[in-house]
Amino acid sequence: MRFPLAFAAAQLCAGIAVAQEIPPSERRSGTNFMSAETQAIQADDGSNPGMLWVLQGGSLWDEPAGASRRSCASCHGEAATSMRGVAARYPAFDAASGASIDLAGKIDQCRMTRQHATSLPRESEELLGLTAYVGHQSRGMPIAPPDDARLDAARAEGKRLFQTRMGQLDLSCSSCHDANWRGRLGGSAVTQAHPTGYPIYRLEWQTIGSLQRRMRGCMVGVRAEPFAYGSAEFVALELYLAERAAGLAIETPAVRP
Amino acid sequence: MSRTLVSVPKTARAGEVIDIRAMIAHPMETGYRMGPNGQAIPRKIIRHFACDYDGEEVFSAEFHPAMSANPFVAFSTVATKTGTLTFRWTDDDGKVETASAEIAVS
Ligand code: HEC
Ligand code: HEC
Repeated sequence: MRFPLAFAAAQLCAGIAVAQEIPPSERRSGTNFMSAETQAIQADDGSNPGMLWVLQGGSLWDEPAGASRRSCASCHGEAATSMRGVAARYPAFDAASGASIDLAGKIDQCRMTRQHATSLPRESEELLGLTAYVGHQSRGMPIAPPDDARLDAARAEGKRLFQTRMGQLDLSCSSCHDANWRGRLGGSAVTQAHPTGYPIYRLEWQTIGSLQRRMRGCMVGVRAEPFAYGSAEFVALELYLAERAAGLAIETPAVRP
Repeated sequence: MSRTLVSVPKTARAGEVIDIRAMIAHPMETGYRMGPNGQAIPRKIIRHFACDYDGEEVFSAEFHPAMSANPFVAFSTVATKTGTLTFRWTDDDGKVETASAEIAVS
């Protein structure tokens, strides 16, 4: 994302220390802010390009992989049953690593430790496909962050990161997404930054991308050095975003301009 | 890997105009871009798309570098008889990807 520096600075450096959180009654998905045309592409599975990755994820689900020669389906059966609601409660606490883990990380962990296959790089077609496929099984379900005290510290860290000014433009996520979500920036609706539709198909990217790719775009936009894919910082931010969006429906795969 | 997504009505009445849509996962690399090392990224686009209805071509299109990745095509035809619609995408290397869908006409 390319922010016109002067515009962003003039609009947003109006000295917001910590912006007000959005009251629950005013929370709405980014899809609501999109043009009628973009919403129409998203709403119809025959025209939503994100469905191409959902289909690819579905083929991978059934394909044996790694030294185990087992498919996801061989352990999990029908994704429509076993994966329904899973994306709605991620990130979750992962007992194996003793830390919180995001959905893509969990899928890759299963791939490595249970299929004995090589790790899939972040933003690879395969991992995006599997994540879109698993995420799609929860479409329509409300985001339901787990009530798990072991996640409290990371969630609080996510909130702190969301409210911390960063980059050369010295803006926090909150400066835009809490204080100025009604506004527009360089022609785009700022939105409330809810993670409802991820992975999303973004017309600008001409492909599907993860929530972390989206957040990296915002960080580069304020000229901060983006966190690494899969980093504890991004998982913490995802935890806080899920809490902020609790109750909003999953829309994977959403379409953005 | 399923790389294509086609939508055709399952049933129609003879003579009815039906809407057909077809999409394929493809980078549509223009050939005009540079990679990170300054090297030109070779062109790789779909050149030709065609749809046959029961063996007879009812729609075709030439694609060009200015088209987006994952191109989406929508068109209409007249339902004549029960049969198969087949879709063919041919790329620069001559590689052909296909998809098909059945329609029942009464
Ligand atoms: C050998 C059996 C096996 C295979 C193969 C396997 N899994 Fe799993 N998976 C499990 C078990 C057991 C769990 C629950 C324990 C855990 O969380 O690790 C699990 C947990 C998960 C979860 C978290 C579910 C939740 O409710 O939190 C996801 C998502 C998942 N697997 C996805 C996949 C995907 C995608 C694949 C294929 C790439 C796959 N798994 C392959 C056995 C397997
Ligand atoms: C300068 C303002 C600004 C800042 C600061 C900012 N963003 Fe954004 N963000 C935007 C805009 C504008 C968009 C909309 C999209 C576009 O570019 O098309 C967006 C989109 C998003 C979305 C996508 C929402 C959807 O519905 O798909 C998420 C999630 C997000 N931002 C998270 C963050 C996080 C996390 C941070 C802090 C690391 C952050 N943003 C910082 C301006 C900002």
